[in-house]
Amino acid sequence: MSQEKALLSVENVETYYGNIRALSGVSVHADPGEIVTLIGANGAGKSTLMMTIFGMPRARTGRIVFDGKDITQLPAHEIARLRIAQSPEGRRIFPRMTVQENLQMGAGLDKMEYYDEDVRMVFDLFPRLKERINQRGGTLSGGEQQMLAIGRALMARPRLLLLDEPSLGLAPLIIKHIFEAIKELNKSTGLTVFLVEQNAFGALKLADRGYVMVNGIVTMSGSSKDLLANPEVRAAYLEGGRH
Amino acid sequence: MADTQVSGRSPVFAKAIKEGFVAGALALGLFLLIVGFRTDQNIRNELVLTQRWGLLAIFVLIAAVGRFLLTAYITPWFAARSRTKRVAAVREPSSIRKYFPKIGLLLLFLYPFVVIGVLAAYNGSWMGGLQGSLKYVDNFGIQILIYVMLAWGLNIVVGLAGLLDLGYVAFYAVGAYSYALLSAQFGLSFWLLLPMAGIFAALWGIMLGFPVLRLRGDYLAIVTLAFGEIIRLVLINWTVVTKGTFGISGIAKATLFGIPFTAGDGGFAKTFGLPMSGVYYKIFLYYLILLLALLTAWVTIRLRRMPIGRAWEALREDEIACRSLGINTTTTKLTAFATGAMFGGFAGSFFAARQGFVSPESFVFLESAIILAIVVLGGMGSLVGIAVAAAVMIGGTELLRELEFLKRIFGNDFTPELYRMLLFGLAMIVVMVWKPRGFVGNREPSAFLHKRKMVSSEFTKEGHG
Repeated sequence: MSQEKALLSVENVETYYGNIRALSGVSVHADPGEIVTLIGANGAGKSTLMMTIFGMPRARTGRIVFDGKDITQLPAHEIARLRIAQSPEGRRIFPRMTVQENLQMGAGLDKMEYYDEDVRMVFDLFPRLKERINQRGGTLSGGEQQMLAIGRALMARPRLLLLDEPSLGLAPLIIKHIFEAIKELNKSTGLTVFLVEQNAFGALKLADRGYVMVNGIVTMSGSSKDLLANPEVRAAYLEGGRH
Repeated sequence: MADTQVSGRSPVFAKAIKEGFVAGALALGLFLLIVGFRTDQNIRNELVLTQRWGLLAIFVLIAAVGRFLLTAYITPWFAARSRTKRVAAVREPSSIRKYFPKIGLLLLFLYPFVVIGVLAAYNGSWMGGLQGSLKYVDNFGIQILIYVMLAWGLNIVVGLAGLLDLGYVAFYAVGAYSYALLSAQFGLSFWLLLPMAGIFAALWGIMLGFPVLRLRGDYLAIVTLAFGEIIRLVLINWTVVTKGTFGISGIAKATLFGIPFTAGDGGFAKTFGLPMSGVYYKIFLYYLILLLALLTAWVTIRLRRMPIGRAWEALREDEIACRSLGINTTTTKLTAFATGAMFGGFAGSFFAARQGFVSPESFVFLESAIILAIVVLGGMGSLVGIAVAAAVMIGGTELLRELEFLKRIFGNDFTPELYRMLLFGLAMIVVMVWKPRGFVGNREPSAFLHKRKMVSSEFTKEGHG
C-alpha cells in the first residue's frame, strides 16, 4: 500500500455517538492528486467518517494523519486551516448571505490576497454562480446551492477537498454537470478529492479508487474499474436502476 | 361600473354588520366579569363590588365598531391596494426610504432646539421654552435613546450572532453599579468610569459566554435568563456593597469636560453667561446618549464589514458550516457576548449618571424582555428598524402618560400608563402579522474588505513587475 506518501490517511478509526458505535476500525487513504470515493447505503457511516476527519465528532480510537501531521485531536477550525475544505452534507450554505458573501466566507476572511483569482476560477467552473452573484444563497435552486457549496470550499485553496453527497436531491443532468466540474478541477489542478456518495455508479465512474462501507465497516476497496465489475457491488449498489 | 360597485358593496356591508354584532357579543361575554365588575377593598378591609356598566359598554362598542370597520373598509382597501401593487411590480425604493437614516440623524441632532424653539414661541418667552422642553428632552428624547442604544447593543448578540440573550439587562446593571460604586467610593469622574463600566460589563459578558458556549437557541435563552436574575439577586442581597433594595443614591453627575452643571460660580450656566436652568444638564445628557448610541451604531456598521462581524452573521446562519470553514466559533461567540455587553455597560453608566440613583428595581427581567422585543420588532440586525421600533414602543409608553383625556372617557381612576404592556402586545401582533421579520426584515449585504483587497492586489502587481 502507498500509505507513506498518502495525503490523508485514516487509520483504524472508531467513532461513537454516545454509546453507539458509528465507525468500527475504518482505514482509508487518499494519495495526492487522486479522486477517491466512499460509497454505501443510507446510514452506513459515510458522513460520520467525513465529519470525523473534521473532528466533529472526534475519533475515539485510531489516527487521522494529513500530510504527515496527526490531526486526530485538532479542533475543526484548525483542521480547516491546514487547507482541508469540505462541502458538507446538505450543502449548508449561508442562506441569507449573497453568493459573493458566501464565497468570501470560504476564502477564510482574513487572507484575501488570492480572492479575485479564486473567484474567477470558481466562476469559470460554475458560470451559473456568476449570474447569481448578488442573489441570496437561500433563493438559489438546489443545483446552484450545491455549486455554491463546492465553490465556497474551493475558495479556501484546498489541498484536499471533501465532498459529502454532492448529488443529493439533484436532477441527473445537474449531477452530471457537477461531476464533470469535479473531474475537470482534478485534472487541471491536481486537487485531491475525497467523495462520499450514494450514487455509486456516478461516483465510481468519476473516481480513481473506491471504498464500500456497510454498517460502519469498510468491506471492500479497490480501483473503480474493479469495483464496477465486482458482482457483489453490482448486485448491492448498481443494479436496479442507475441513478 | 357603478352598478357592479354597489352590488359588490352590499354583501360586504351585510357581512360587516353581522361580524360587528358577533364581535360585540363576544366582547360582552369576555369582559362582563373582567371589566363590568370590580372588587375594591373599603376601609374596613371588606370587599365591595362595584359595577362599571359604562366602561363595559365602551369596550363592547370598540370591539363591535372596530370589527365592522375592519370588514367593511379596511380589509377591502388592503385587498385593492395589494392588487394595484402587483400591477406596479418592481418599484424603485422611494427617496424617503433612501434618505431616512440621514434625515433622521439630522432631526435627532436638532431635536432639543426645535422643542425649545416651538415651546418658546408657544409660551411667548425664552425661559418658558427652556423649562417646558425639560419633559420632551428628558422623557422622550433621553428615554428613547437609552433604549435605542440598549437595543443596538443587544442586536450585536441576537441580531448578528444569533445568540438569544434574555439576560441583557444584567450588563446594563453591571455598568450602572460600576459607575455608582466607583464614583461614590473613589470619586472618579464620569469620563473615566464610562469606559471602565464598559470593560467591566464586557468581562461579565465573557464570563457568561464561557459556560454557555455549547448552548444554542432555547437552552441558551434559559441560561442567560438565569444569569440576569442572578445579577439582580446579588445586587439585592449583597447589602454591604450595594445597599440592597435601598439602592445607591446621590451618584455624581456627569460634567462637560470638567465643567459641572451646578448653580454655583464654576457651573455651566455661569461660565457661559446663561440664565440658570436645569434643562442644560438634560440637553447635555441628550447629546451624550445620542453620541453613545451613534457610537454603538458606527461600531456595528464597521464590524459588519470586518471578518469578525461576518463571522457572527455566519454563526447565526450555520454553526457547523462555520467550523468547517475554519472559523473559531469559541472566540466568535465570546467576542459577540463581550461586545454586546460592553455597550450595555456604557448605557448602564449613563443611566446611573442620569438618574443619580440606582436600585435593583431598574434591572428586572421585564427590561430584558422589552429590549429584546424592540430588537425583534425592528427586524433583527437592522439598525434603522430597531431605532424606529424603540421610538414607537418607548415613545408610545411615554405618550400614554400624556393621554389625560382618556380619563374623561374611561373614568377618573383610569391610568393609561398601566396599559403599556397592552401596547407592546398589540404592536407585536400587528408587526408579526404584516411583517414577520420585523419592520426592516431584509439583511443588507455588507461590502467587505474592499480597501484591503485593493492594497493586496497592488502588492502582487509590484511583485510581478
